[in-house]
Amino acid sequence: MPEAASFDYWILAFSAITVIVTIWMGFRSAKTSKSASDFFVAGRSVSVGWNASAISGEYLSAASFMGIAGMVMLSGYDALWYPVCYACGYLFLLLFIAGPLRRFGAYTIPDFAEGRYDSPVFRKIAVCFVLFIGFFYTMPQMKGAGTTLAYIFPGLPYWVGVAVVGAVITLNVALGGMKGITLVQAVQYWIKMFAISVPVFVLLSVYGGYGKNLSLNQSASDVASPPAIVQTVEPGTPQRLALPEKAPSDESWIAPFGPLTTKAATAAGLSAEESKPLSLLYTFSLIVALVCGTAGLPHILVRFYTNPDGVAAKKTTMWVMILIGVFYVFPPIFGVLGRNFLPELYAATGSKGPDKVVLELPILIREKYGILGSILSGITCAGAFAAFMSTFSGLLVSMTSALAHDVYGRMLRPQSTPAQRMAMFKWCAILIGGVSVILGALVEPLEINFMVGQAFAIAAASYFPLLFMSVWWRGMTMTGAATGMLTGGLCALFSATLVNASTLALDKGPMGKLFSGFSGMNDFWKEHPLLRILAEQPAIWSVPLAIGLMIVVSKATKKTVPENIRMKMLVLHAPEKLGLKQEYIEEQQGMGH
Amino acid sequence: MPPKSAGFHLAESPRVCYTFPPMSHQNPDHDDFIHSEEFLHHLMRRQLRLSIACAAAFLILLFGLPLANYFAPELMALRVGGFTLTWLILGVLFFPFVWIIARIFITRSMALEEAEVLLAAEGNAKRKA
Repeated sequence: MPEAASFDYWILAFSAITVIVTIWMGFRSAKTSKSASDFFVAGRSVSVGWNASAISGEYLSAASFMGIAGMVMLSGYDALWYPVCYACGYLFLLLFIAGPLRRFGAYTIPDFAEGRYDSPVFRKIAVCFVLFIGFFYTMPQMKGAGTTLAYIFPGLPYWVGVAVVGAVITLNVALGGMKGITLVQAVQYWIKMFAISVPVFVLLSVYGGYGKNLSLNQSASDVASPPAIVQTVEPGTPQRLALPEKAPSDESWIAPFGPLTTKAATAAGLSAEESKPLSLLYTFSLIVALVCGTAGLPHILVRFYTNPDGVAAKKTTMWVMILIGVFYVFPPIFGVLGRNFLPELYAATGSKGPDKVVLELPILIREKYGILGSILSGITCAGAFAAFMSTFSGLLVSMTSALAHDVYGRMLRPQSTPAQRMAMFKWCAILIGGVSVILGALVEPLEINFMVGQAFAIAAASYFPLLFMSVWWRGMTMTGAATGMLTGGLCALFSATLVNASTLALDKGPMGKLFSGFSGMNDFWKEHPLLRILAEQPAIWSVPLAIGLMIVVSKATKKTVPENIRMKMLVLHAPEKLGLKQEYIEEQQGMGH
Repeated sequence: MPPKSAGFHLAESPRVCYTFPPMSHQNPDHDDFIHSEEFLHHLMRRQLRLSIACAAAFLILLFGLPLANYFAPELMALRVGGFTLTWLILGVLFFPFVWIIARIFITRSMALEEAEVLLAAEGNAKRKA
C-alpha cells in the first residue's frame, strides 16, 4: 500500500481535534452540572432536536460507523440486516416498552427490576447483565479503536492502539469527565453524520451512483437474461478492480443467503440447495436478536427520561428514528464502493481487513484530487473516533456505576461511606477499562459488527423478555422473571463465547495459538452445521426459552405476585395526566459527582 | 451517563421506595373508576391492540422479505436503477416505511391517551353520582 510508508498529517489533525474537543467538552459540562438533579433540569431545558441528536449520538457506535461497511463489503446483501435492524429495533422499543417504562419512572433496567417486583435481590441479579452485555459491547469498540490507530500510524501494532485509546478514555471517565452530557453526545452525532455522509457524496460523484456501483455485481438472473446492464455503464465510470481469490463471488455477494449466513453449511460441505433453509434460519435468528436486542440494551432506555413529558418523549423518538435511519443508509455504500475499488482489503485480516474500508476509501481520490482525499479520510477517522469514544465512555460509566454502586456499595460493603464509594468508582473504572482493553486486544480477528450483534443477542434473551413480560403481563413473579432472564441470557452468552473462541482458534496469528484448545470445536461445527448456526445466532431459541420459562415458573409461583400489582400496572399504563405516576426522582444531591 | 448514575444514586436513598402508597398525596379514594380493574383492563387492551397492529405491519415486512428472497429469488433479483429489488427495499426503502409506522403509532397513541383521560374523568363522575 502506498500510504503504508508515511502517515498523513491531515488525518492525524482531524482525529486529534475530535479527541481534544470531546474531552474538553466533557470536562466542561461535567463541571457545570454537579448533581443528578442539575442534569435533569438541563435535560428538560434541552429541545427535542438536541435530545434526539444525543440519543442517536450515543447509539451509533464503532459497529455502525466502521463495522457495517466492512461487513457489507465482506458479505454483501445479508449484512444489510444489521443497519436495518439497528434502526428498526427502535420501533419495537417505542411500541412496547418505552412508554410504560417512562411512566413508571425507572431509570435503568435494574431500577425497573427492583421496582416492579419490590425486590432488591432481583436488582442484584439484573445488574449482572449490565456487565455481561457491556463487555460484549466494548470489545468491538476496542477493535474499532485499534483499527483506526493502526491506520493513522502505519506500523503501530493493533494492541497498542487498543491500549492507548482504552487508557485515555478510562482516565477521562475516572477523573469525572465525559459523563454522557447531552451536548457532548449530540455534537458527536453530527460529527458522525457529517463524517459518513460527506465522503459518500464526494466518492459517489467521482465513482458513479450507488445503484450504478451495485450493478457492477452481476447475479445469476442477470447472467441468465443478459440485457447487458454492465455494458451500458456510461463512459467515464471507472471499471472496478479485479477481485482477489478470497472475495466472495458476485452472485453470492449481491444475492440473499450469501457467505454470512451460509458459512456453517458451506464448511459442512452441504450443497446450495441444502444450505438455503439453514440460511433462512440464520437470517430470522439474526433479525430476532437485533430487533429485540435494541429494546433490551441497558444504555438506550435511559435518555427517554430527559424529556419533560410523554409527548416530547414521543416526538424525540420519532426524530431519533429519522436521524439514525438516515445515517444507516450511508455505511453500506462504503461497503459497495470498497468491493469495487479496494478489493485488496479482502486479502487482509484483522485490523488491516475490510473493517477499515470507511477510513481507507476516501484516500483513493487522492490521486485525482490530491489533498481532498487526505482531508476526507481525516474526516472519516474523526467520525470513527467519535463513534468508539462516545459509546465506550457511555458503557464504561454505566458498567462502573453498576460495579461501584450495586456490587460494591450494596452487596460487598453496604456500610461504606459515600467518600469510599466515590473512590471505588475510580478504581472500578480503571478495573473495567483494563479488562476491556485486554478483551479488546484478543478480538482482532473478529468482525466489529458481528461482535456487536452478539451483544444484542444477549440483551435480546435477557433484558428484552424481562421488560416485555413485566410490562404486559401482571402474572409475572420475581422468581419467574429471574429464572427466564438468567437462563436465556446465560445460554446466549455461553454460545456466543463458544463461537468466538472457536473462530479465534482458526486465526493464523498469535490468537490462534492462544485459543488452540478450542480448535476441536471447529470439527464439531463441521459435523453439525445446524448447531453451529444456533450457537452463532442464539436469539431464535433463547428468546422463546426465556419467555417460556418466565411464564411457566411464574404460574408455578403464582402466590408471590406483588400485592399491589394493579397499582403498578396502572402506573405503567395510565396516561401521565391522571397523576398516578409515583414521582421517582426527587431533588437530591447525587453522590459521585 | 448522569441519568444512569442518577438512577443508581437515587435508588440508594431510603426515601425512595418502590411500593406505591395508596395515593397518599390525595384523598385516598381507591374505589374510584381510575383505580378499578375495569379501567385497567380497558386501558391495557387498547394500548396493546395499537402496539400489536403497528408491530404486525412491521413484522410482516421484516420476516416477509427473507421469505420473498427464499421463494421468489428471481423477482427479488430484478434490477431497479442498478439495485436489485431486494437490496433497494432493505437498504433504502425500509427506513421510510418504519418512519411511517412510527408516525402513525405516535399520533394514535397520543389520541388514545387523550381519550383515556376523558374516559377516566367521566367514569369517576359517574361513580360519584
